[in-house]
Amino acid sequence: MHVKILGPGCANCVNLEKNTRAAIASLGVEAEVSHVTDVAEIAAYGIMRTPGLVIDEEVVSSGRVLAPASIAELLAQR
Amino acid sequence: MPVTPVARARPHVRLWGGLALAVAIWTVLYTFNEPFWTWLIGDVVRLDLTTRLGSGVHFFFMDTVKILLLLVGIISVVTVLRSFMSVERTRAVLGGKREGVGNVLAAGLGVVTPFCSCSAVPAFIGFVASGIPLGVTMSFLIASPLVNEIAIALLLGLFGPGPTALYIVAGLVIAVVAGFVIGRLKLERWVESFVFETRLRGQVVNSTIGLSWEDRIQMGREEVASILRKIWPYLLVGIGLGAVIHGWAPEDFFAQYAGADNPFGVLLAVLVGVPLYSNAAGVLPLVEALHDKGLPMGTLLAFMMATVALSLPELILLRRVLKPKLIATFVGITAVGIIAVGYLFNALLPA
Repeated sequence: MHVKILGPGCANCVNLEKNTRAAIASLGVEAEVSHVTDVAEIAAYGIMRTPGLVIDEEVVSSGRVLAPASIAELLAQR
Repeated sequence: MPVTPVARARPHVRLWGGLALAVAIWTVLYTFNEPFWTWLIGDVVRLDLTTRLGSGVHFFFMDTVKILLLLVGIISVVTVLRSFMSVERTRAVLGGKREGVGNVLAAGLGVVTPFCSCSAVPAFIGFVASGIPLGVTMSFLIASPLVNEIAIALLLGLFGPGPTALYIVAGLVIAVVAGFVIGRLKLERWVESFVFETRLRGQVVNSTIGLSWEDRIQMGREEVASILRKIWPYLLVGIGLGAVIHGWAPEDFFAQYAGADNPFGVLLAVLVGVPLYSNAAGVLPLVEALHDKGLPMGTLLAFMMATVALSLPELILLRRVLKPKLIATFVGITAVGIIAVGYLFNALLPA
């Protein structure tokens, strides 16, 4: 699984990344996490509110810093 | 055994019952705030409230609690209401509208759409790349920070509905006119070219579909916590400065420099406000204290708007999509608009 955090680097996207790593650790799944800060690339995903969460190239959330539990739910669904 | 209607209804009763209780507690705290501090500081600690120290300390505690309550109340309500609105839906509404109408819609939507300044760049690209005119997008970007719910909440609590209504109308007018002017000046060449070349691939996510009431209220709670965490230093500094002015500055001290008699008052206020970076919550306690010391409302509103509308962090972020000339134009036109509003209000409002 490839998880991407979309955000220009403000506190919210840092927190989302932290929560995402916590969720992955709690599930024990294999997942690669990367952080996209280039604005053109972020906009190309179709989101207009950061931070955004992308799992395997599908946008699952935008504009919210999800708690690790919610992220774990989304990951478990795949 | 089948689940009875009562058992199924319980979570809802808990939710709405809890909310009713919260509103009741809030109202009690707000009403008894001032008398409480008057009693605690005046009668228990025995500070004379007419002295500088006494009135300054009283102001500090009373204002802190009052502003915190106002912030909690308004942010919760506004976040829940805004959870029904999304930037994606705003883009859909604005698509295809021409200038003029588009500017007015964009400004109005800028106020009600949930939006933080770090989203300014993706939102900008999202609007422009989908064909919304530059001027219309600018109206949205100006209205959003300029007419913000924190300022509305605090103005309402500190000065009443009159100045609040004026502020909202003024902010909207500035956003519409500034965006329209920028559009007419045909400044598309001052936007970084990659923005127009961005292909929006993938599906557009609408982040507000499928949210339950529990979700929305939870978002309200998260937003209150997040905003308070971000602004509490500004708030304390603002209230502290306000308390100092309240207790120690002689009457009419500031009025000499920026009072109704000084024709440059508004200009000065805006020039000081533009480079200042603060949240509305930090500026308004200051504004309250300065108003008590005789500064006219128009000048103060101009100062507040200049501080919140143009923030250095947002401008730095926007540099990724706007060339410096456009940023300068954007700042310049907005500042001129605010100055005009300041003079207008000073002329219209009684001292």
